[in-house]
This record gives sequence, C-alpha cells and structure tokens, in this order.
Amino acid sequence: MLDYITSYLKSDLTPGAAGNVLWAFVYILLIFLGLSVAVIAMNWLERKILAHMQVRLGPMRVGPHGLLQPVADALKLLIKEDIMPAEADKVVFWMAPLFVVMTAFTVFIVVPFGPTHAVTDMNIGVLFMLGVSSLSVLGIVMAGWASNSHYPLIGALRSSAQMVSYEIAMGLAVISAVLMSSLNQAGTGTLSMIGLVQAQQAQHTWFVFKFFPLGLIAFVIFAIAMVAETNRAPFDLPEAESELTAGFHTEYSGFRWSLFFLAEYSAMIAVSSIAVTLWLGGWMRPFPTWLSGETWDLVFSLFPGLTFIFLAVFAFVGVVRMPKHPYFRIQTMGLAGFGAVLGLIGLVLFAPPVRDRIQDIYWFSVKVAVSMYMYIWYRGTFPRYRFDQLMKVGWKILLPVGIGVLILTAIAGVWL
Amino acid sequence: MPQNYVPIFLFIALIGVLLPVTLLAAKLVRPDNPSKAKLMPYECGIDPIDSARGRYTVRYYIVAILFVVFDVETIFLFPWAVKFKALGAFGLLEMLIFLLILVVGYIWIWKKGALEWV
Repeated sequence: MLDYITSYLKSDLTPGAAGNVLWAFVYILLIFLGLSVAVIAMNWLERKILAHMQVRLGPMRVGPHGLLQPVADALKLLIKEDIMPAEADKVVFWMAPLFVVMTAFTVFIVVPFGPTHAVTDMNIGVLFMLGVSSLSVLGIVMAGWASNSHYPLIGALRSSAQMVSYEIAMGLAVISAVLMSSLNQAGTGTLSMIGLVQAQQAQHTWFVFKFFPLGLIAFVIFAIAMVAETNRAPFDLPEAESELTAGFHTEYSGFRWSLFFLAEYSAMIAVSSIAVTLWLGGWMRPFPTWLSGETWDLVFSLFPGLTFIFLAVFAFVGVVRMPKHPYFRIQTMGLAGFGAVLGLIGLVLFAPPVRDRIQDIYWFSVKVAVSMYMYIWYRGTFPRYRFDQLMKVGWKILLPVGIGVLILTAIAGVWL
Repeated sequence: MPQNYVPIFLFIALIGVLLPVTLLAAKLVRPDNPSKAKLMPYECGIDPIDSARGRYTVRYYIVAILFVVFDVETIFLFPWAVKFKALGAFGLLEMLIFLLILVVGYIWIWKKGALEWV
C-alpha cells in the first residue's frame, strides 16, 4: 500500500498516465480546493479592483479592507431561502446548476500546471477541453427552459446563441495553435495540453510570438472569444441586468445561484488557463533561452517567495495606515495576522526544495492571474455591446479573420 | 493509454457526490416558507401574462444551424492540423480546397442575410 503511494513520486508521469487512482484523487481534491480559494479571492479582488477603477473603496466593513466579505457572502447564500418556482420543471431546474458546475470544473482535468502537475494528460486534451466547455451551453439552456419564465428563457437563448457563435472563432484559433505545434522534425503535432507546452519549449518561443503577427492575431481572437464564451463584460448581454434582470439564472436563489456564480468564475479561470497553455507558454518562465544559465534560474526561482513577501509588505502598509482607534483594533490585528501568514508562506517558498517544485505552478498561476485581471479591466472599461453588434463581431469579423489567420499560418508553416 | 481517461470518471463522480451533498446540507440550515406570490415567475412585480415557452425569433435557429456547419468544419480541421507538417504542401492544398468550399458557403449565407440580426 505504502509502495503504491510512494511509487508515483519517483515517476515522471501525471497521475492519469501512471494509472495511480489515489494520486489522481489527491490532485482532484487539490484542484477543488485551489479553485474554491481562487474563486473566493477573485470575488474580493474583482470588487476591490472595480471599485478603485471607479474611484470607490469597495467592501470595507467585513474584516480589514473587506477581506472577509466573500466568506460572509457565502454564509449568507447558504442560509438564504431557496425558491423553486411553482411552474418550473423541477428535475431539470435542480440539475441545471450541477451540470454547469460539472462542465466548468471538468475542464481542469487536462490543464497542465507543470510537466507532471496535471490530473491526466490525454492525447486529445484540446479536443476534450473544447467539447466539455461547450457542454456548458446545455446547462444554461436547461436552466433557462426549466425556469418557465420570460427573462430566463430569453437570457438562455441569447447566451447559447452567443456562446455557439464565438465557439467557431475559438476553434479556429485553437487549430492555428495546434498547427504550430507540428512544426518539428517529425512533422507531427499534438493535441495533448502538456505536449503543446513542450512544443513551445522545443521551439524556444511562445506561440503568441510565432510567425509574428499571426500567432498574436490568433491569440487575440481566442482572447475575445473566451470573454464572450464566459458571458462576461463587454459581452454580458445574457445577464444584462437593465433588460433581463439576471438572464438565465433569474429564478435561482440562495445556494443554487451561488453554484452558477462558482461555475462562471471557474469557467473564466479554465479558459484563461487554456489560453495560457496554448499561446503564453504554459508553465515556462519568461525568457527561458535569452536569460538562461544558473544565475538567471536562481533569480527567477526567487519570484514565488518574493511575490508573497511583497503581498505581506502590502498588508503591513495597510496595518500602519489603519485608523488608530480602539474600534479598529481587531481589524488591524487581523490584517497583521494575514500579512504574517503571507510572509510566512513567502519564507517557506524560498526554501530550495519547495522553490524548485513550485516554479511551474507559480508561473502558470501568474499568467492566469494576469488574464483574470484583464477580465476585470474589460469590465471596468468597455460598455456593453448590443446584440446585433455582438453577432456581427462574432460572425463577420472573428470568423473570416480566424480562417485567414489559419490559412496564412499554414502557408508560413509549409514554406518558412 | 486508456488509464489516462480514468480520472474523468473519478472527477465526475466526485462532483456528482459533493454537490448534491452540499445542496442537501444547505437544505438543513436554510428557512423554507414558500407562499403563492413567492413561487410566481419573476417579472419585476407584474403578474406574468402568458406562458413563457411561447414563440421567439427564428434567428436563434439560424444561428444554431450555422453553428453546426462551422463547428463540424473545425473538427475536420483538427486531424489535418496535427499531421500538418508531415502532409506538407499537398495536405495544405487539400485543406485549402475544403476551406474554399466552406468560404463559398460562408459568402452565400452572408449575401442571403443570414448573418444580419435585425
């Protein structure tokens, strides 16, 4: 039994490839945990960043600088009454949130956080990811149809029309990335997510810079399509609160609604990780060839620790700037404790064995975090599209540009 | 590599257990006192007039049909993309012919106004 557990640690495989169910289970639980933490953090960060973009303060009451706000919200949602409309289709209404969460989470099974840090590495990883993420349309249609109400139905129809329209552009962009992966000696590319990052490693470039500007255009198409796929601003028409209340989840309340929330944010993280894997070099650190050598390796390996130390310093600046009033004493102490925990994590990450193991996961997470910040930035900057404009962008601009980029990439790949 | 696919079922099983359990746990702590008005479809306080599952614009159907055509096309492109360099100029030409047929269809639906949304 012990051998079964430890034998995996010696191998250089993902748990799926090693056929080790126990480690696969551990990885899956870690992904669940990481996703939940990421969604909670994202919830707080989005409110805070958006607030500061609009010259507001955002949540400030629950915990220091509103740090406990997501926790308070989760508790509130848990003890809120869960209303199921009398005319709703009960079974479908019940299943829809589960289905949406399931599809949003299952994508993470192929996301490679490092050469071995993926639950499994299928040889059809990209196809699996595209297929599963497009299944979430089904959950949305289920939710809208089962509610038996006007707003959810219109929201679900809009949502599905939008998602299927942008999926084509997304697929075309993905194909041009797969195409680039086949530019090696054997002439054979790969659809496995780990294989795609290794192809970028072998070609000493991120695919976003390959055949400049073709890779960049494909990446931009994917970046636009992924915002539309996840129904986020400026493409958040299905949830346009001024016309449709809340779109397909209007009739959902309490914990069921929070499942949709969870699914939306994990879908955002999922598509961001796909973009990072396909174009932004996955787990590769910046400048792996230009700034190579022992010294640079050491410098870049200090980044995870430094990030956490920086955040800790940030928290302590907040502690110093906290109003000196007995009323704020607990909040100040809490923030100081938070900063101390962050600093401690940072110190642990400086230790050489931890440092080397955390590298890949760190760079992957940083790239995903940048992409998540872009999501918030779009929301703070762009006004919402009208539906005919949305369809025009999807069908008349992204689709022909996608086909054009694909053909040009293929021509460049054959003759360059 | 069939063992690579085992974690999918593990994953789905885990979610299939975890989420209903949390939903049931939430049922234990939350209040539950529905009333007739509470269970009505939400229409901003106005009584709903007719059935929600009425008619809606035909354009959603058109988008769905077009989606099937173009999405199947992208699936056909995947095998070529994987073997792209090995197939070389010949494979590229074959694919260009395939894409040409598709682009002709695309121009036709554009001319027909299937892509207009007003």
